[in-house]
Amino acid sequence: MDLPSLWFWIVGFLFLGYFVLDGFDFGVGMSLPFLGRDETSRRQIINTIGPVWDLNETWVIVAGACLFAAFPEWYATLFSGFYLPLLLILLALILRGVSFEYRHQRDDLRWKRHFDLMIVVGSAVPAFLWGVAVANIVRGVPIDQDFEFTGTLLDLLNPYALLGGATTLLLFFTHGVTFVALKTDGPVHAGARRLAVRAGVLTLGVAGVFLAWTLADAWTGGAPAFPAALIAAAAAAVCVLGGIIANARDREGRAFAFGVGAVAGAVGTLWFSLFPNVMPSATDPAFTLTIQNASSTDYTLTIMSWAALIFLPLVLAYQGWTYWVFRTRVTRRHIETAGAAAAH
Amino acid sequence: MDLLDPLLLARWQFGLTTLYHYLFVPLTLGLVLVVAIFQTVWHRTGNVKWLHLTRLFGKIFLINFAMGVVTGIVQEFQFGMNWSAYSRFVGDVFGAPLAFEGLMAFFFEATFVGLWIFGWDRLPRLLHLASIWMVVLGSTLSAYFILAANAFMQNPVGYQLATDGGRAELIDIGAVLTNPVVLAAFPHTIFAAWMFAGTVVVAVSAWHLSRGQHLDTMRSSLRFGLWFVIASFVGVAVSGDQLSLVMVATQPMKMAAAEAMWDSACGADASFSLFSIGTPDGTEEIWSLRVPYLLSLLSTHSLDGCVEGLNDLQALYTEQFGAGVDYRPIVWVTYWSFRWMMALGGLAALIAVAGLWVTRKKATGPVSTWMWKVAIWSAPLPLLGSLVGWVFTEMGRQPWIVFGLMLTEDGVSPNVPGWTVLISLIAFTLIYATLAVVEFGLILRAAQNGPDAGTPGADDEHAERATRTTVY
Repeated sequence: MDLPSLWFWIVGFLFLGYFVLDGFDFGVGMSLPFLGRDETSRRQIINTIGPVWDLNETWVIVAGACLFAAFPEWYATLFSGFYLPLLLILLALILRGVSFEYRHQRDDLRWKRHFDLMIVVGSAVPAFLWGVAVANIVRGVPIDQDFEFTGTLLDLLNPYALLGGATTLLLFFTHGVTFVALKTDGPVHAGARRLAVRAGVLTLGVAGVFLAWTLADAWTGGAPAFPAALIAAAAAAVCVLGGIIANARDREGRAFAFGVGAVAGAVGTLWFSLFPNVMPSATDPAFTLTIQNASSTDYTLTIMSWAALIFLPLVLAYQGWTYWVFRTRVTRRHIETAGAAAAH
Repeated sequence: MDLLDPLLLARWQFGLTTLYHYLFVPLTLGLVLVVAIFQTVWHRTGNVKWLHLTRLFGKIFLINFAMGVVTGIVQEFQFGMNWSAYSRFVGDVFGAPLAFEGLMAFFFEATFVGLWIFGWDRLPRLLHLASIWMVVLGSTLSAYFILAANAFMQNPVGYQLATDGGRAELIDIGAVLTNPVVLAAFPHTIFAAWMFAGTVVVAVSAWHLSRGQHLDTMRSSLRFGLWFVIASFVGVAVSGDQLSLVMVATQPMKMAAAEAMWDSACGADASFSLFSIGTPDGTEEIWSLRVPYLLSLLSTHSLDGCVEGLNDLQALYTEQFGAGVDYRPIVWVTYWSFRWMMALGGLAALIAVAGLWVTRKKATGPVSTWMWKVAIWSAPLPLLGSLVGWVFTEMGRQPWIVFGLMLTEDGVSPNVPGWTVLISLIAFTLIYATLAVVEFGLILRAAQNGPDAGTPGADDEHAERATRTTVY
């Protein structure tokens, strides 16, 4: 495999990591209004992702930096072209990030509600818009001969992309609710399990249509990796179904693994459909950004490959270890004891 | 002036978001080291006051850290959003340090911060202590890579132009990472950040001491903070001197503008102006107060060195890069920001030296009310110095986005309309302003609550364990 192609897959892997990891904590954030009946349950829910949300979010920063370094043309076209949706994502991530840190700083219920709302909105907006963005990348947008995006916001809000947004929203929601079920006990745990089953069924329907549409486009467009896209989509469907069954049977560990598989399958479907392009031009196929014409030089990609080869396994090891350190459930009793101690 | 000029708006947005991001970076870089030292001292001595200090300043560090992270995301993406032509041109070179930063430093920093916050009773003591040192390592390394990327904009090295001239291509990553500008700017930036952390420690301690609270604990942190400020200032001064030598060699126009020096001069004539008034159009000097030889000494480390002036450099660049462009930065901005940077840093250091003298005796009682006030109000001085220092560095680079290679006006996104940039500029301004107020309030509260808040007595071990693991 040549270096630009290798980096297409590495960037894909980094975004996959981001969607799998921040995906579930978007879902956890969105689940607050459904599962957070009282302050204790809200704290229980938020603390499930307490030690990890920040490192989950770093994946988008690293993915963005690697996209910039490996495919400057893609990075430039994408971020200047999708300006307003990206702005919304950034604002949402800012408000959400500070809310985790700030909500517990005051023992005042109105103060906390305020930040809870920002967590919910700040989780839902990126969960939806990332789907819209990725769907648009795969579908193709108006791009001229200088690789500049020439469309408007309305071009980005087409039915296919909106369906893509709905798909990631539901997928992440289900994924997050499953994580809540996995990491809690008591009423929150029971509620999360039931909600995960219902959300899973809805996801299966919406994601099914979206992935079928993606596959149909890939087939008619003659995508060279079509068989792989087909397999990934089938795997995604099986995983969503498996997640529903596992949640219904109270096997939330397994259900969460299926959730990871579902997100991986969906991202895989999109990435395989896109290959070997990185941003198709709807204006003229001659203006399409491809792995070859959008990438950096071999020298840059070589040194980055060494860095990735050494550091990505290391990152996976220490982040995996972090999840192991914080593997225990956040119990209701735990929160209540902490509350008593704070009042101490 | 066109209010919807995308270039103007994109520049304002970059300036605003960068300076705002930089409100949080120095405290992150500096305070994490202070916290790591406090925790190490606690680990070694077993004296619980150091644990209390670790917790107190750890809390301030974390409130601040969250803002640093979220505002940092904006920095990375706005290159693509507002400066897409720049991104296309330099991505091959400029992207690599950013990618390194992510892979090697940022992942590391974020992961170990989580382990430190939530790991108080989940990790063995020594491993928990190691976590905070990992954060020190990660954040410092992170600063290095970011500054290496910035140094390329100041002094492009390790690249060649593509055959069609359409982009800069990396040919030597070693040269990019050992750019003389980053070798001088990195220590300068880090020491300045440490200095700010020192003045924050001093201010918090002085506030409590002035009220007669936590005398023993706060006296320790006060003395520590004062020494920390002074030691850091020595580093700031030495590295700053090195940086100005590099600046004269690589960006003579920036130094000339910093001095508002219109004509080249040597020896005694290369004087350092303490104050200067120019004509309204900025092309000539009317009056100035000068110290002979000093500029020559600063710029070349010799008494008879020569320093080039703005007019001569403009003529030189016109010949070299083409006519029709004003290659001079806005002189009054560079002139005053350069001076304020040095004055603010120097003042903070002087206050620290005085503080060390005043508190040299074992006494813990109030020295004098106004002295405590000075100590408290000295906190923002190094931060303000750093901020104007960045204004100087970046404004002094104008009109270049990459010195000698690309003009700022050529780097802007050609397809992003002004109103779009205006929307984002307004959105960032509003949100950033609100968050600044909230954040400042929270840090103030945490500082005033002092070392006891949220730290139940060691006798109540069970409750304490629960508090530590359930942070939110």
